[in-house]
Amino acid sequence: MQTRRKTLKQSAVVAGLLAASGMFPQYAFAAYNKTAFEAKSLADVLKAMGAGAPVESKDVTIGGPDIAENGAVVPLTAGTALPGVKQILILVEKNPSALIAVFNVTDSVEANFATRAKMGQSSDVYAVAIMADGKVLFAKKEVKVTLGGCGG
Amino acid sequence: MADPMRIRAQVAGDKATVRVLMAHEMESGQRKDAAGKLVPAWHIAEVTATHNGKTVLTAEWGPAVSKNPFLQFVVKGAKAGDKIAVTWKDNKGDTRTDEATAS
Repeated sequence: MQTRRKTLKQSAVVAGLLAASGMFPQYAFAAYNKTAFEAKSLADVLKAMGAGAPVESKDVTIGGPDIAENGAVVPLTAGTALPGVKQILILVEKNPSALIAVFNVTDSVEANFATRAKMGQSSDVYAVAIMADGKVLFAKKEVKVTLGGCGG
Repeated sequence: MADPMRIRAQVAGDKATVRVLMAHEMESGQRKDAAGKLVPAWHIAEVTATHNGKTVLTAEWGPAVSKNPFLQFVVKGAKAGDKIAVTWKDNKGDTRTDEATAS
């Protein structure tokens, strides 16, 4: 069995090798949270983001089709009307890596975003709101995918 | 150099709805080419939006955002004539900025 610790250690070694050989330009910028984007599940993503345990909330909205014909383009919306939102996350549970996008919310924009995502198979999609006071709220919705959009 | 983005900022009241369509391949890193080799991931990693030069939104994206990504957000306190600029940067370090005037 491969523990999380081992995985992290290994990826650090690989990253080091790549960096040494100059083959690693894509993750040269600091702000990008690579660990979070490689995490496989909601819990792992939140851990990588340094957030606490999520609580389901009806104040967070997730929108999307019930059935998506084409998994390569699934329109999704995520948002909340609550004040004091720090980040909005969109996740697809059964994708190879769960995290789709992170939006860092400021006071000048509404915490409501629409984008399009790729989905490998039918799955639950999550909208997660990380609040300024450390609370983590989420909403989920099932989207059925007729044709997957990840492999090929 | 990548193709230009299409940005539209529509003012309603004191808010502007901004719709952005970026031109990008967004290769997921899961796909295999004809020779069976994995196509490396190539995707937009960071998106920044500014309103009259002030940053109002930053986002981090994974490879699972669709090809030619679409993004919609609402800027508060925007009025007609305001400049909305959007910048993206992909994981190869390529970057592009486009600007639109709210109307």
